[in-house]
Amino acid sequence: MDKPMTTVELPDIEGRQTFLAEVQERCGENLGLCYQCLKCTVGCPTAPYMDFNPNTIVRLIQFGLKREVLESNAIWLCVSCETCGTRCPNEIDIGLLMDALREMSLEEGYRAKEKGVVALHNAFMESIRRGGRVHEATMLMEYKLRSGDYWTDLIPGMKLFMKGKIPLLPGRIKGIDSIREIYKKTQKQRKVLEDREGKSK
Amino acid sequence: MGKVGVVMCPCELEGMTLFDPEVLVEGLKGRKDVLPLIHHQPVCSESGVEAIRAFMEGNGLDRVVMACSKPELFGPTFKKALRQWGLNPSLSGVLGIRPTAERKGSDDLQEALHVIEEGIDEIKRRKPAKGEKTPFVKRAMVIGGGITGITASIDLGNGGYEVLLVDRLPSIGGRMLQLSETFPTLDCAQCTLTPKTVETGQHPHIRLITYAEIESVSGEVGNFLVKIRRKAAYVDWEKCTGCGLCQEKCPSKVPSEFERGIGPGKAIYTLSPQAVPNKPVINPEVCRYFTEGKCRVCEKVCLTDAIDYAQEDTFIEERVGAIIVATGFDLYRKEDIGEYGYGDVPDVIDGLAFERLNSASGPTAGEIRRPSDGHIPKEVVFIQCVASRDPERYMPYCSRACCMYTAKHARLYKHKVHDGHAYIFYMDIRSMGKGYEEFIQQGMEEGILYLRGRVSRLFRDNGHVVVWGADTLTGKKVEIAADMVVLATAMIPSRGAKELAEKLHIGTDEYGFLTEAQCKLYPVESGVEGIYLAGCAQGPKDIADTVAQGNAAASKVQALFAQH
Repeated sequence: MDKPMTTVELPDIEGRQTFLAEVQERCGENLGLCYQCLKCTVGCPTAPYMDFNPNTIVRLIQFGLKREVLESNAIWLCVSCETCGTRCPNEIDIGLLMDALREMSLEEGYRAKEKGVVALHNAFMESIRRGGRVHEATMLMEYKLRSGDYWTDLIPGMKLFMKGKIPLLPGRIKGIDSIREIYKKTQKQRKVLEDREGKSK
Repeated sequence: MGKVGVVMCPCELEGMTLFDPEVLVEGLKGRKDVLPLIHHQPVCSESGVEAIRAFMEGNGLDRVVMACSKPELFGPTFKKALRQWGLNPSLSGVLGIRPTAERKGSDDLQEALHVIEEGIDEIKRRKPAKGEKTPFVKRAMVIGGGITGITASIDLGNGGYEVLLVDRLPSIGGRMLQLSETFPTLDCAQCTLTPKTVETGQHPHIRLITYAEIESVSGEVGNFLVKIRRKAAYVDWEKCTGCGLCQEKCPSKVPSEFERGIGPGKAIYTLSPQAVPNKPVINPEVCRYFTEGKCRVCEKVCLTDAIDYAQEDTFIEERVGAIIVATGFDLYRKEDIGEYGYGDVPDVIDGLAFERLNSASGPTAGEIRRPSDGHIPKEVVFIQCVASRDPERYMPYCSRACCMYTAKHARLYKHKVHDGHAYIFYMDIRSMGKGYEEFIQQGMEEGILYLRGRVSRLFRDNGHVVVWGADTLTGKKVEIAADMVVLATAMIPSRGAKELAEKLHIGTDEYGFLTEAQCKLYPVESGVEGIYLAGCAQGPKDIADTVAQGNAAASKVQALFAQH
């Protein structure tokens, strides 16, 4: 071991069981089945940048270490590529798990380690709500306003724009009403998330 | 007397060769009483055996000395062949000559020559048995009345051969009788075993000699003479009806060995209510009459006057043609394991104790209650590989059954204590039997938390057993304040197995497990013709494997008997 071995403080059984049950309920996966074979981690494109590997996240949930999990950057760096879930010998869909953890993290007011990810996610969702599909120019503008990061990728963006790759005006799809209907139904939850984002800034 | 034939095997093993047969023959040149045969193929080959036959027949030889590298493998085959040719096998010998990397190491050569010359002299001294051949006794003895011995005995009995089943304890059933439920089906152990023990007890061809130990063994295949010591039971089993009144009234309460020390036993006892034979014995070490000189309650209550305090050990002699050794295992004593409290922490128990705790016939009638205060434990830590796979301090081998029985324990615990929490510390999970891996997975699904790592220390603190372990998957130390800890301690040969092996002239390995003639092709044969091994006496294994070996040994004996 290159790192000193620290002791993990296990929460009491009740806390541990509740967190495990809550996560399992939310994502619908049985995390007890994990072999810790690390297949998820070795296939994960973003694992090298995560503070905890995907398999460790499962482990920490089994341990009931709620704060460690919901505050980790791993849950935000997951790109939902589903390589892990496809390869898992026990059919644990880690992509779904990460989704559930992100929701829980926001709902419970944990500070998102990767603010940009949350901002982009929300900008993306807003863009779809407006036009039924993503409109890059307005979405990116919104993202930049939300994240406060005005300069990154500005030059490549301008180049793309000059070549006509980014349409100026947002369009609207035919079935926009159905899309709005979906948004309305999930609005309540969405509101909560928006609030959280505001808070964590 | 005619000449003695000498046959040298030129066999090559793993790149090592025996001495060049021609060099050896050169060394024997001075002796006029020998006739050497050099055959350029291994003597155990078909052509080799044929060459020996032609050689003996052509020269009118009836005595031959064979030098080869694996006498324990070739010896029995060769003796069988001699018998087929109408020759007396006791007039020939198979010697072991170690292979050597050098063809001409002169010291080794001298040593080999010495062995061969001594062998020749020994063979010359042998005299053919006079008169008729001693009859081949077609009855078998099975030593050890556990599930292996029972299986072998029933097979042999069903084959029509008479069987003597000897056990050290007052009744048969062995370790399996202590178990609660068995993996991977979670069948009740007693429900599966009792029909077998009853069948054994009532079998017309099986005679039980329980509460007895082997005193000495002499003779050879077909005619072993076994002297058995029947320990004094202090109860006349002829008179005793097995009513159980004496056990009920016996005033002494001592920790019972059968209950692994977690439940009380009486000084006069049977091992279980369904014991076969259902006759009690008195343990003189704890009996009040024997230790303090007064009591005699059992004598007073016995309706048939079966109690006999003056009884002494008796000796029986039996002739048998073959012996199956199935003496089973013990668990490594937790008292010898320092980091797990030397057995001083009350709520740290071993696997068999947990079986008793979980058994409907056990001291808690199957309720999981920890030994110290009888509370139902809410957090139980199970530790695998205790004293197994630890070459530095304990046993280097894998005890094979612990991964499975620990998973079973944890599952049974969770089935009984729904809000309980089970942790298993493991190094690897070895679940290679049929349906075993699925069993483990089921356990994980039921919420057992597997922690990959060993436990470095246990200690009692404020009514808890604090466990200091590691989870190498997170690279963190884990501390659990458990209510009870169950150790999956290593399987070791049962007490006295080594001494018994010495009496039988069969080999044991450095840990005391009996060694088979060859681990792959002769798994139940010992080095001695007519003596077979089965079960955990040969090495740790689970019930399925042990029963298979019992079957195998019994079929070997039947094949042997059928030849005569």
